[in-house]
Formats: sequence, C-alpha cells, structure tokens
Amino acid sequence: MASPPPLPSSTSVLSSASSLADSLFQRSLDDLIKSLRSDPSSEPSIISRSLSEIRREIRSADPLTKSIALQKLTYLSSLHFHSMSFAAFHTLELLPSPSPQTKRLAYLAASLSFHPSTTDLLPLATHQLHKDLTSLSTSSSSFPFLPSLPLHLLSLASSPDLSSHLAPDLVPLLSRPSPLQPKAVAATYRVLSLCPSTVPVLFKPLVDCLSSDNPLTVSAAVGAFCELSAPPNDPAPYLPLAPEIYRVLVNSRSNWTLIKALKIFSRLVPLEPRLGTRIVEPICKFLRESQAKSLVLECIKTVVSCLSTHTEAMRLAIDKIKELLSSDDDPNLRYLGLQTLGMLAPGHLWALEESREVVAQSLTDPDRSICHEALRVMMAMTLQANSIESCTLLVRQAAKSDPEFANEILDSVLTSCSKDFYELVVDFDWYVSLLSEMARIVHCTKGDEISRQLVDIGLRVRDVRPELVRVARELLIDPSLLGNHFLYNVLSAAAWISGEYVEFSKDPMELVEALLQPRTSLLPTSARAVYIQSVLKVLTFSCNSYINESGSLVNDSVIARMLSLIEMTVGPLTESEEAEVEDRVRNLLGVVRLVANIKDLSGDKGKDGMIYEVVRVMDDLFSDEMGPVSANAQKKASVPEDLDLKENLADLSEFISGDDAAMSRSNPSILFYPQSRNSSEEVEVGPTRVAESTSLEEHRKRHGLYYLSADKETTEPELTEDYPRVNETLPPSNGDTARRVKVTKPRPTVVKLDEGEDLTASSSRSTKVEAAKDDPLSGAIKDVLLGREGKGASSDFDASSSSQGKGKDKVKGKEIKSKKSEEGESKDRHKGRRKHKHRKEPAPSVSVAQETPVIQDFLL
Amino acid sequence: MGIRFVVLVNKQGQTRLAQYFYEHLSLDQRRALEAEIVRKCLARTDLQCSFVEHRNYKIVYRRYASLFFLVGVDNDENELAILEFIHLLVETMDRHFGNVCELDIMFHLEKVHFMLEEMVMNGCIVETSKTNILSPIQLMDKLVNKHYHLLAGTICCFNQLVCLSCFGVGKLNVLRINL
Repeated sequence: MASPPPLPSSTSVLSSASSLADSLFQRSLDDLIKSLRSDPSSEPSIISRSLSEIRREIRSADPLTKSIALQKLTYLSSLHFHSMSFAAFHTLELLPSPSPQTKRLAYLAASLSFHPSTTDLLPLATHQLHKDLTSLSTSSSSFPFLPSLPLHLLSLASSPDLSSHLAPDLVPLLSRPSPLQPKAVAATYRVLSLCPSTVPVLFKPLVDCLSSDNPLTVSAAVGAFCELSAPPNDPAPYLPLAPEIYRVLVNSRSNWTLIKALKIFSRLVPLEPRLGTRIVEPICKFLRESQAKSLVLECIKTVVSCLSTHTEAMRLAIDKIKELLSSDDDPNLRYLGLQTLGMLAPGHLWALEESREVVAQSLTDPDRSICHEALRVMMAMTLQANSIESCTLLVRQAAKSDPEFANEILDSVLTSCSKDFYELVVDFDWYVSLLSEMARIVHCTKGDEISRQLVDIGLRVRDVRPELVRVARELLIDPSLLGNHFLYNVLSAAAWISGEYVEFSKDPMELVEALLQPRTSLLPTSARAVYIQSVLKVLTFSCNSYINESGSLVNDSVIARMLSLIEMTVGPLTESEEAEVEDRVRNLLGVVRLVANIKDLSGDKGKDGMIYEVVRVMDDLFSDEMGPVSANAQKKASVPEDLDLKENLADLSEFISGDDAAMSRSNPSILFYPQSRNSSEEVEVGPTRVAESTSLEEHRKRHGLYYLSADKETTEPELTEDYPRVNETLPPSNGDTARRVKVTKPRPTVVKLDEGEDLTASSSRSTKVEAAKDDPLSGAIKDVLLGREGKGASSDFDASSSSQGKGKDKVKGKEIKSKKSEEGESKDRHKGRRKHKHRKEPAPSVSVAQETPVIQDFLL
Repeated sequence: MGIRFVVLVNKQGQTRLAQYFYEHLSLDQRRALEAEIVRKCLARTDLQCSFVEHRNYKIVYRRYASLFFLVGVDNDENELAILEFIHLLVETMDRHFGNVCELDIMFHLEKVHFMLEEMVMNGCIVETSKTNILSPIQLMDKLVNKHYHLLAGTICCFNQLVCLSCFGVGKLNVLRINL
C-alpha cells in the first residue's frame, strides 16, 4: 500500500541521527507507569518531565518514536487529565501509518481527544478516513479490521461535515455481510443524527440490516432505531418499520436485541394502539418463561407504560413486580421493583395499595436510592382519601431520617399537598397542624415554603382560620423556636396570622406577650417588623372589644397591662437602626399614646369621645379581609388605547437614575400586602408619590413621552374595576371556587383565582411537540419512508448518490436511493425486500395519512 | 442514547480508564464529573443497590476486588442489562489477561480501550461474544510480537550507534512496511 520511503538525504541523516538517539533512549509507556508507581509522591514532577519529553519526541521524524510519545500522552490525558491538544496535528500525521499498531494508537488518540468543538483539524482527516473505510474493497490491507478504526472515530468524534462526506463510504459496509457490518450500523446512526441530509443514502441500507442474517447486525440495527426514535425525536416516522421490528421480537435470541426492540415498541404503541394486541403475546411469553431478569424487567416496563389495557399482561407484570419487591437479599431488584411500581401510579393504584407496607418499610432502607424510590411511590399513591395517613407517616419518618432525606420528604409532602390549590387536602385543620409539626422537625430547612403555605391557606380557606390561629399561637409562645434561623419565616407567618385573624384568638394578652418576648431580638428585621405590626393589630382589636364590651376577654386590668407592656418593651426600639422596625415601632407607640387614657373613659363610656373614634377608625382599617391575588390580575387590566407597549424603551435605561433602579429592585414580599382596599392604592403608589414626588415630577417633565397622559390618570379608579379585588370574597357560584367533596366533614372552600392559567402551559407544550415534528432528522426519515420526494434533502447531497435517484425504483412513491454496489451484491435479497415494501405501501402518492393503512396490513 | 460513559476507578478513587460515548467533555468537566461520581459511588456499601442517580442520568456500578466499574446510562436504560454488560467486560478482560487485576489494566490501557470499542459503539452494545471481541486484539498482538522480534534482532546485529544511524532507519522502515 505504501511505497518505500526515499533514502535519507545527507541533511536528514543528522536529524534522523538525533531522532534515533531519541528513539533509542526513549522511555516507553511501561517505564513511565513504573516510575509513576514507584514514587507516587513526586507524581507531578514526573508527569511534567515526561510531558516535556513527549513534546520533543512527538516532533520526531521516526514514526515509532512519535507513536510511543503519542501513546504516553494518551495515557496521561486519559488518566491524569493532561491536555493533548498540542498533539492533534501529530495524531493526524500518524493516522496513515502503514503499521497497524501505530495506526490503531493514532486512531485511539484521535477518538479520545478529537471533537468538532475542540479541534478544527478534523476535516484534514477526511481523506484518510475515506481511504481506510474503503480499504476492505482494495483488499491490500494486511489488517482485516482496518475499517473499524475510522468507524469508531466517526461514531465518537464526528462533525456534520465529516459525516456527510463519508456517508457514501458507509453504504458498502452496511450492505455487505461481514464482521464489520454491525459497527457500520452503529456509525450510521451517528452520521444520520449528525447530518440528516444523509438519510436518502443511508436509511434504506440501514432498514435492510433489520432483516440481516447476522444477529449482531440485527442487534446493532435495532439499537440504532431505538436511539433514533428516542425522545426528543419524534417516533412517528418509524411506525412503518413495525413489521420488521416485530419479526426481530419474535425471532431474536439475544436479550439485548429484545430489550431494544421492546423499547422501540413502547414508543410506537401509544401512536398506534393496535400494535399492542400484536406484541402482547410475545411479551407475555417472555414474562412467563424468560430466565433473564433484564428481559423480564424490560417487559414489565413495556407493559406498565403502554399495555395497561391488556389485563392478562398487566396481571403477569404486577406479579413480577411483587416478586422483585420481595427479593430481600438483592437491593438492586428491590430498587427496580419500586421503580416499576411507581410507574403504575395513576392507573392501577390498587396494585400500589397492595404493596403499601413494603413501600413504607423501604422508606427506612439503608440505601438512599431505595428510599428515594419509595418516597416517589408513596407520593404517587397519595390521594385525597389516604392523604392524612400517608403524609402523617411520611412526616413521622422525616423526623427519624437523616437531615438530607428528611428535607426531601418534607419537600415532596409540601409540594404534592399544595398542588392544584391543596387538592389532596380534605381536612385543613389537620394540614395546618401538620405544617407546624413539619416546622418543628429538627433538620427542617423548608421554612420558606411552610410559611408561604400557612399564609396562603389563611387567605384562601376561611374555615380553617380558628385552627390556624391556634397553631400560630403555639409556634409563637415557644421561646425555643426563636433560636432556629430556618424558622424565622415560619414565625413571621405565624405572627402575621395571629395579627390578621386576632378575632379568633382566645387570649390577646398572651399573644402580645408572646410577640414581645425578649428573645424576639434574635429575629431578623423583616420578621421583627411583622411582629410589631401584629402587636398593633392585636392592640387595636383589644381596645375595640374593650370599648364595645363585646367579650369578657379584655377587661380593665388587661388593657392596662397590655399598654404598659407595649410601651415598656417597644419604647427602646425607637432608636432601632433598622428603618422597617423603627417605622412600625413609631406607629405602634403613636397609637398607644392616643389610647393611653382609654381606661379613664371606661367609666362614663363617652361613646362619642375622641379615643373611641380613633379606635373605631383603626379597627375599620384592619377589619377588611384580605384575599389571594390572581396571578393574572395584571393581564385582566385593559391597556389604555394611547399607550404603546411595543415601543422600544431601551433608551429609557440611560434616564433611570440610581434611585429609580433601587426602587425597582426592592421586591415587595407578602409581609407588606396592602391592609385594605382603601389603603391599597396608597400603599402601592405611596412611596413613589410622596417620597420622590419632586424628582418624579422632574422626570415626568423631561420624559413625558413615557407617561400616561394626565387625563388618563383621573380614569384610573375606573380601570381598577377590572381587577379582581384584592380582598374580594367570591360568591361560591362563580365557578372559581373549589368543588365540595363528599366526606363526613365537608371540605372547606378554597378560593382559587387562576384556574385558566395553565392555558399558557399547555400551549407551550403543544409547540414543543410541534418542534419535535419539525426536527430535520425525523422529517427526512418520514420523507424516505413514506416516499415523499426527497429532493429537498438530497439536492445538497453529492452527485454519486443523487444520480441513483433515476435508478427507477419501481415503487413509484419511493425515492430511496440505492448504491450501485448494493444492487450488484444483494440483488435477490433486495428484490424480495422491494416486493415487501411494495406491499406495505401500496399508494403511489403517499402522504402522512397513509401511515395507517401501512400498519393495518400488518395488523390483519 | 444507551451507555454514556464507562469509567474504571480503584478504591483510592484514581481513574484507571475513562471512555465517553456521544458527549464530549473538556478535561475540567471530566475531572469534575469523575470526582463527583466516584465520591458518590465509593461511599456506598455492598448492602446498597448498584444504581445511583446523578444529574439527569443514572450510574450503574459494580465492584470487582479493588476496581469499581461505573457506567453512566440514560434514565430509561435497562439497569440489569448494564450490570450484565459490566460482567461481560470483566470476563473478557479475565480471559485475555488471565485473572485480571488493576495492573493489567494500567499497563495495557489501550487494549482495554480496544475491547470496549469492540463491545460498544455509540453507546449500543454491538458484540457480546468474548471470542469475537478478543480476536482483533490477538491478531494485533501477533503482529506486534513479530515486529518486536525483528526489531530486537536488528538492534542486536548493529551494536554500534553509527551503524544504526546510517542503516537502521531505512531498515526499520522497510521492516515495518513488510509487516
């Protein structure tokens, strides 16, 4: 193959002498490994020394020296993470080496280190790869496995360009039975997925491989189709291949092949349910008879995922799952049992229910993976009916588990219970006490979510408020909780709840004491501010009930103690450095001083006194009920006609002063919700209007363009009519409320506002599906399989293939290009296949709609 | 995608072989990934199952003496089949090296790579017969042995460095062409 090299000229004698010295004294890979092993402590120095040696040796003219250097470098790169990018060119130089060993090393180095993203030298190898791929036909090679080397390189480090250039070379390898055929199939998959325009050339031979005599080829072909049809690709174009794959499923003896075939079917059956009736029989046979656990497992997965309507298969599969679950000595099988059990979830809950004990037991397994799966199954089988039982069990388990798993349990309980507006929860009294129980678990880090849900439930579920206040009280009066920084948010939510719903409180004085206990100084500013604001609400409520004598809760001594306690503990905080706290403290103290003389009035009950008036106004302020805010509220507001929202506001950024930016960054939290409808506008706009009014006016003067016109402003109150009111209590008839569940204790109403919300989600899902259908590969394959004119795809393909287009494939609709060599070699087989194809696709002008008849033939 | 990578590590967590299919990782990414999965898998006991979830895929691993075989697979891959694959790989190495140990793999890294190449392509298993897997390697060994015998002979004949420099280079090349 290679011609003898020219005799060394006199100048190269010198250089070759030095390179010969190199090669004589070169350390081999073995030497390198030995020295690394003998002295592990000086590993870095040994490696850096040998790297510098390699840099010299790899430039050597002697291919042997070069190849040993490359071998060492490959070793260092592979096991010691040293870059071999500097040797990329030298690797290419060694690819054409006549010595099979050197060649092999070079290919190995290339496949380990080359990638289109890291080297731009790959195109330089195109010719060499082409030569090696076709070396079999020239048959001058001394090494029969030669073409497998470029196949490996293709499959590991190919680029779209390289793929499209070498695709024609793959065809003879694909269509001729040889030990290399399976590898050619595997490489073809890679080429196809990288470069969909090669489909017209490669797809037909690839399909033929499905019916090859060589089981390995069939296996590789099934594997390739399994990958091609895997998500995110669209499996629909492969539907016409169902008969071939079915034949494999029935005839193949290799478990690996069967597994892959089953995987393909599990993707095809949802598209064509009638396939299910065909494959269910062989699957049941495997389930009953096969000794190979891997195959049985795959059958279970297939049945569970797509054959759930076939009772016989389901029964067998569920039996097998139970077998897996009960294998005590093998954690692998138990894990897989749980995994497959979880797949049964929405459809066959009875099967899950039967294994409830095993699952619950698995939660305590020493193996984290098994615990995970058990948790997943547990959550999957949690329904409204058994939610109390399951969640209580899980929370109890969380208290016993290690911190990481405990939080995972809490996380999944919180997520699934709050899903769809607490659909799982029937008894909210139970749920809020569960929430507080969760918060008290030692390792709990889910405070944020728990606090969010506590407030959210308070807003949405009216009936649960008394219990909520009770739970909040328990949290507040426990001084030990104040030391746990994970709970600050929970405590702040509890404080907000006891302030907002103080009318359900049994003892306002106790509440004030809890809210002002000394350890509250440990709280962060935000929580502290909520605490103080809640004191204000409790105080207002107490004063009001005292004046109205509405209950015996508050009497003379209580109100006096309350006032003095507040003044005493809160007074020092007026000097607080935190603005939030100071602000509220001053409000609170202002009210305290206003009502300080309230006790003196109690005697004559001057109903028209100033204090009474103040208390009444204050109480009014807080008595408006708050409701949840719809996430779509903004969308429901109509846009003023002369407001152009599409206008590019990019130039606005340069106008924005630092103050404005800071304003926009501060995000209002739930803690600062408007207190009532009347005050809401003030709270929302207030800071901007008052504090920044001057700068705002200036801003408006300069950039009037970006503001609504002044007369619009007067109509604003009307616009707000379109908003769902923040504190609107919705009549149960308007469809926004939860359905009532028929249980002994009726499920309380949960206020929902955003039920139309998942419109956007579903539309994005459908676009995703469409995107998958637009993917070029499946499009091209659909074209070929369904015989559409493949012109678009093939036009940019090289002449050798497109000229075959005129080969008059008799099947009119079919434009599958076939290479000459293929026609020569496998004529008979090919004919048979053509006939078969013909029968399969009778219509000349095939369209997507004709997919169905194709399968019908097979099903009959 | 089937198999994403095959990594062999010893008990100390040192990588002994790393072959990635399909996705190409930079050296830093590789180092990080291997450190992460090795930490996860080596901490597990024999009583725990052989599957570990990692990022968006799964690692199926098995321990043989001091070596851990870690195989990264897609989530829907059949775990038991991968365990069978690992066992096949070990048996193949055992047949070739005879009672294979860590040192065999260290000193013959490229051979193990070649075995893997024969068994797996593109993350799919293409060959499961040990004889077939090993035949190209044995053929290669035969060639190499012949090559080295000749080479050794040549060097013995020409003791003198000068002689070698004048004559040897050409000779060596000729030898290699004849192979």
